[in-house]
Amino acid sequence: MSDVAVHEADHGTHGHITSTGLSNNKVAMWLFLGSECLLFGGLISTYMLYRGRVSIGPRPGHVFDIPFTSVSSFVLLMSSLTMVLAVSAAQKRDDRGTTLWLTVTALLGATFVGGQVYEFTAMYNEGLGFTTSLFGSSFFTLTGFHGVHVTVGIIMLMSLVGIIKRSDIPGDKAEVVELIGLYWHFVDVIWIIIFTLVYLIPA
Amino acid sequence: MAIIEQPVTTGGIALAAPVTPTKAQGGFRRPVSTTGWKSWLFTVDHKKLGIMYGVMAMFFFLLGGIEAVMIRMQLAAPNGKVLSASVYNQMFTMHATTMVFLFVMPMAAAFANYFVPLQIGARDVAFPRMNAFGFWCILGGGIFINLSWFLGGAADGGWFMYAPNSGPIFSPSHGIDFWTLGLQIAGIASLTGAINLIVTVLNMRAPGMSLMKMPVFTWLTLVVQFLLLFAVPVITVALFLLSFQRNFGATFFDVSAGADPLLWQHLFWIFGHPEVYILILPSFGIISEVLPVFAKKPLFGYPFVVFSGAAIGFVGWGVWAHHMFASGLGPVSVAVFSISTMAIAIPTGVKIVNWTLTLWGGKLRFTAAMHFAIGLIVLFTIGGLSGVTHSVAPSDTQQTDTYYIVAHFHYVLFGGAVFGLFSGFYYWWPKMFGKTLNEKLGKVNFWFMVIGMNMTFGPMHILGLQGQPRRMYQWTEARAGEGFFNLAFWNRIASIGSLVLSFGILLFLINVVKTSRSKERAPLDPWDARTLEWMTSSPPKEHNFDVIPTVHHLDEFFHRKYEQDPVTHEYKQIATAEEILADQEAHADKHIHMPSPSYWPIVLAASLPVIMIGVIYSIPVAILGGIFTVLAMFGWALEPSTAPESDFDPPASGESTKELAPLV
Repeated sequence: MSDVAVHEADHGTHGHITSTGLSNNKVAMWLFLGSECLLFGGLISTYMLYRGRVSIGPRPGHVFDIPFTSVSSFVLLMSSLTMVLAVSAAQKRDDRGTTLWLTVTALLGATFVGGQVYEFTAMYNEGLGFTTSLFGSSFFTLTGFHGVHVTVGIIMLMSLVGIIKRSDIPGDKAEVVELIGLYWHFVDVIWIIIFTLVYLIPA
Repeated sequence: MAIIEQPVTTGGIALAAPVTPTKAQGGFRRPVSTTGWKSWLFTVDHKKLGIMYGVMAMFFFLLGGIEAVMIRMQLAAPNGKVLSASVYNQMFTMHATTMVFLFVMPMAAAFANYFVPLQIGARDVAFPRMNAFGFWCILGGGIFINLSWFLGGAADGGWFMYAPNSGPIFSPSHGIDFWTLGLQIAGIASLTGAINLIVTVLNMRAPGMSLMKMPVFTWLTLVVQFLLLFAVPVITVALFLLSFQRNFGATFFDVSAGADPLLWQHLFWIFGHPEVYILILPSFGIISEVLPVFAKKPLFGYPFVVFSGAAIGFVGWGVWAHHMFASGLGPVSVAVFSISTMAIAIPTGVKIVNWTLTLWGGKLRFTAAMHFAIGLIVLFTIGGLSGVTHSVAPSDTQQTDTYYIVAHFHYVLFGGAVFGLFSGFYYWWPKMFGKTLNEKLGKVNFWFMVIGMNMTFGPMHILGLQGQPRRMYQWTEARAGEGFFNLAFWNRIASIGSLVLSFGILLFLINVVKTSRSKERAPLDPWDARTLEWMTSSPPKEHNFDVIPTVHHLDEFFHRKYEQDPVTHEYKQIATAEEILADQEAHADKHIHMPSPSYWPIVLAASLPVIMIGVIYSIPVAILGGIFTVLAMFGWALEPSTAPESDFDPPASGESTKELAPLV
């Protein structure tokens, strides 16, 4: 997504003059997130259809470690808070604060992804592989897609940290931080839905 | 490229010489060519990209057409021997895939790319590089899918790729892998294109152009882009699941592992039915431009046409299961989807009424574009009526998977979508290339196509109701029946019809070649048109408009040419197109910075097929492709979309350096 987020330069000193008054980049990001809703909608539907279909291997209730996942979900939710702080710092043109909060957000995100890797490994050791059952396939597909989204988010955050101080990079940096913030919050919201539907509601 | 369009004088455009970029940004120095193949390869100009989309789509149209003719030759005689059963399966699968994804969609994208910015008075799209990226993706995806012909056989599961035919047991070749992964690449093109065009339409309209002053083509393109935005991710999920099944051992659609094959059908048709409207609405938009021009009347009930288009966009999401009536959904689902399918005929009917009433009482000019537009109304209505018969579930149960379905969707897609696109060719050719396609040959082209199309697809209604199954490989004389319902007779007629149709399309190609060789320039406003795209030179300048027009009316260009007499209410001409253009040139904006060409769109797009090849043959290659993709994204992100000020020529002394109409 970095292509959408960073790419349109605010050339020269003039601002964006658009028919709606919203910047092109922001409208594009909202549209992209709208499209992503349908992507996760399809994946969640697939999981909900298949979560009870276990011919061999463990059933959903046996492999989920709800306290562990609750903690990692909490970490991800807190990263939304730090993302807000980063956006706020960026809008005040506070490069130090922006860098700090972006880094914290990325670290919290990385903690979540690390937790997911640990969780997947534990599940694998309990006998649930990607191809073990329809439950396994659809579970790993859904949570894997989410994990990839978080990872892409982390890469974007770290790239931002890398370029935030450079003046030769195009674009209004506060807006770029805000756009990646939108993406980050979206990924968090999707996780709340996944956590509820997959972990908390028994199959 | 550093292009400063110098103030346009009546003597012509003085283009500044391109200046070599001062430094590399994002890895490469920017491309600077303004002529030659490089100027096409690295362009971000929406008009060049529109033409490239068009050329690509036309190529795939011919390819898909050849596939269609081979199918008809196989069925022309009993016990057909033209194709083997296996190649026949590949042929009809690839015919549909090519026509839907690689012809109609990119051709609609060609018109949308070229004309939406012109119709709303913009200088380019919102994200010019993303626009180029979309084109290279669809081209790469199209080539990728067709590579499978040479690498062990193409996809052979039918274009909707139902399980279990899509599984490794029934399709052991790599054809479906190429199909799945290639469509993913094409899907990226659709998604980026959708975001780009929606932002363009919402954000980049000329001053005064409210949504309800937009031309209908732009409106319906907007609806289509929203459909794409929400439909593409659903097919993306389905394709991912199928890939994971075929390449990584999952069992999403494998009934023996307890899976539900209806999952694929639902995901496919939740995408697939909006897709039908994605295919037809651009053509509706085109003829909504053509009919008023050649009837010399405003479009009858403009708001009704717009809102019925939006209504189709909404209701189009609630009808997908009518493709699945035969799958045992249960009476409630069937009843709901029957009713919603009948309901969607209403906004479509509204449009047909509006077009007909646009013609009513008009001063009709029967040009080639008008022929195709009226052809669309008639043929689409026939296809629409047979479509309503599918909404009646008991009747549909008999029609499912017969030639009746084939007849229906060819009437709406060939008689509808393709005729609309041809209408667009004849209407907009002078704008795109400055030369008018030969009208006489155009009309001959039309009559061959209309006769050929009815000969080919008309008999299929009879064949289908008599029970000839769709995708049937051979038929035998012994079972062909007798009298009027003799299947042998109607199959032969259909096969001859396909040749007549092909000849019609050949005439179009001849017309294109003839026109391109002709020296005769088209007049500036050959059709006495009504919308903004005609208010600039033909072909338009790189920056489209010398002055961004301020819009006061629906059909702005018409209202600049004609004024209503307050007493007699008759329209009197007050200006010609030439005068309006001269006035614009006299007041041209001083400095217009156009977005600069870039290497990144093609580099990024080229790295995607590498990933896909790797998924099929070797994971390390996929990882390599992934690394290229990430690097290309960084290069892209670090490069400003408009070259820095230092890359532009310094303004001549005394001139304003203010950008009067910033692009982004």
